[in-house]
Amino acid sequence: MRTGRTENPLLQIKGLNSWYGQVQILHDVHLQVHPREMVCIIGPNGAGKSTILKNVFGLIAKNQGEILFEGKSIRKMAPEKVVRHGISIVPQGRSVFPSLTVRENLELGAYIRAGSESASIEQDIRKIFDKFPKLKERQHQKAGLLSGGEQQMVAIGRALMIKPKLLLLDEPSLGLSPQMKQVIFEKIVEINRKDGIAVLVVEQNARLSLALSDYAYVLELGHNRLEGDAKRLLKDKRVAKLYLGGA
Amino acid sequence: MSVTAQLIANGIIAGAIYALVALGYTMVYGILKFINFAHGEVLMMGAYFAYTCVNYLGMPIWLALLVAMALSALLGVIIERVAYKPLRYSGRLAPLITAIALSIFLQSMALIIWGSEIRTLRQGSVSKGNEIFGAVITNNQLLIIATTVGVLIILHLFLKYAKLGKAMRAATDNLPLAATIGIEVDKVIGITFAIGSALAALAGVLVGIEQNIEPTMGITLGIKAFTAAVVGGIGNIQGAVLGGFAVGLIENIGIWFIPSGYKDAIAFLVLVIMLIFRPSGILGTKKEEEMGKTESLFG
Repeated sequence: MRTGRTENPLLQIKGLNSWYGQVQILHDVHLQVHPREMVCIIGPNGAGKSTILKNVFGLIAKNQGEILFEGKSIRKMAPEKVVRHGISIVPQGRSVFPSLTVRENLELGAYIRAGSESASIEQDIRKIFDKFPKLKERQHQKAGLLSGGEQQMVAIGRALMIKPKLLLLDEPSLGLSPQMKQVIFEKIVEINRKDGIAVLVVEQNARLSLALSDYAYVLELGHNRLEGDAKRLLKDKRVAKLYLGGA
Repeated sequence: MSVTAQLIANGIIAGAIYALVALGYTMVYGILKFINFAHGEVLMMGAYFAYTCVNYLGMPIWLALLVAMALSALLGVIIERVAYKPLRYSGRLAPLITAIALSIFLQSMALIIWGSEIRTLRQGSVSKGNEIFGAVITNNQLLIIATTVGVLIILHLFLKYAKLGKAMRAATDNLPLAATIGIEVDKVIGITFAIGSALAALAGVLVGIEQNIEPTMGITLGIKAFTAAVVGGIGNIQGAVLGGFAVGLIENIGIWFIPSGYKDAIAFLVLVIMLIFRPSGILGTKKEEEMGKTESLFG
C-alpha cells in the first residue's frame, strides 16, 4: 500500500443502507477511499457493488447513512451536482453518447468547466488522445460505431475531462476480450499512479483487480465481508475459495 | 401553370409547417420518451398571441411573431414544470393523460378569451402569386418557406455547435448519463420545451397569415405533425423535417388521385402504413442497446 490509510479519506461511507423499492440492497456498508489510492470492491453477483457507486453519485432515491466527500455530505445530491465536487463516474456498459462523435463525447466531458478556457480543454483532449491513440484516429466517428473496448476508452477519457479527484468505475472490463481487459486495466493503473487520481473500481474479475489495487473490500449480499490490503487478500484462502474459483 | 408543379409547391408549403411542429414533438420525445399531445394547442395559443399583438396592441406582424414565440416558449416551459415534471417518474400513461387534459384546457381557455369566431392574421387583400417553375406561389407562401428554411438552419447550427445544443443531443442519447457529466437535466428539458413551443408558435402564426385562427386549429395540425414525426422516426431531428415535407407532399399529391375531401385522411393512412411496415420511421433506429444502458444506470 503506497498511501497511509491514516490521512483524511477522500470518500468516506459509513452505515450505508440502500433500497430498490422495498428490497434492501445494502446493509450498514462502510468504505473509504484515500487520496491517490486505488480501491476495488469485489464480490459475487448481486452483492450490491454497483449500488455503492450509484449511491455515491446520487442515482439512488432511497438510502440512509453517511456519504462524505472531503468531509462534506454528498448523500442525496443530484448527479449534476456531485460531478461538480470533482467526482467522475464511468457507469456500467458502453456508457458513451452513441450519436455524438468521439470528440464531442470528450468535449462534453468538460461540460462543467467554463467555456472560456477552451484552449485548455483542447489541450486535455490531446492528452486523452495521447493516452488512447486509437481515439485520435476515430475522433470524428460516432461513438456508437466503435468497438466495445474503444467505447470504454471514450467513456474513461470523457470521465477524465473534469480532472477528477476521484474516478468511479463500474465493471470497466465487462464484455471485453481478455486482451482489451488488460489494456483497459493498464490505463486505469496509469491514471491512478501517474496522474494521481484516486480510483474506486467495482469488478467481477477479482483476480485482476486485487492484483492492481491498493486496498480492497469484499462484499456479499449487501454486507461488508472482508477488507484489507489488496495483495494480501489475493493470497487469502477465504477470498480464493469464495471468489477466485479455488485458485 | 402546371398542375403537378402546383401540387408539389402546395405540398412543400404544407410540409414546411408540419416540419416546424413535428420538431417540437420529436425533440421532447427524444429526451423524455413521451408524446406531448398539448403541443398543437401551444401552436394555437401562439397564433392567438400574435393576433392579439397585431389587433389590440397595434404591433407590426414581425414584432407580433417574436412576442408570440417568446410567450409560447414561456407557456411551454410552464406546462412542463407544472404539469409534466411532477410526473416524470410516474410511468408513461400519467403524462399522456395529462397532456390530453391540458390540450382540452388550452382549447377552452382560447374559446373563453378569444371566442369561437374565426380570426386571421392575413393582411390586405389576397396577394397576387408569383409563377415559379410553373406553380403559382404567393408572397406569403414564399415567406413561409424562407422562414422555415432559415429557422431549420439556425436550429441545426445550434444543435451541432452550441454547448447547450450538444448537451441537448447528449440528453437525447442518454439522459441519466448526461446528468453524471454535469448537464443540468431540468434546464435542458426546459430549453427543449421552450424551443419546441417557439417553433410551434411560428408555425401557428404562419398558418394564421395564410389561413385562419380558431381554438381547434391545433388538433388537425398537431396530429399531422405528430404523423410527420413518426414517419421520419420519432426522436430524430432530421427525421422530423423529412417527415414533415413527406406528409405535406403525399397529402397534396394524393388529392390528385382521390377526392380532396379525403385530404386529411391521407396523413393518417400514411401513419398506419408506416406503423405496420416501418414503425421506427424513415431515419429512426431501434435503440434497444441505449435503452438497456439507461435502465442499468438507474438500476
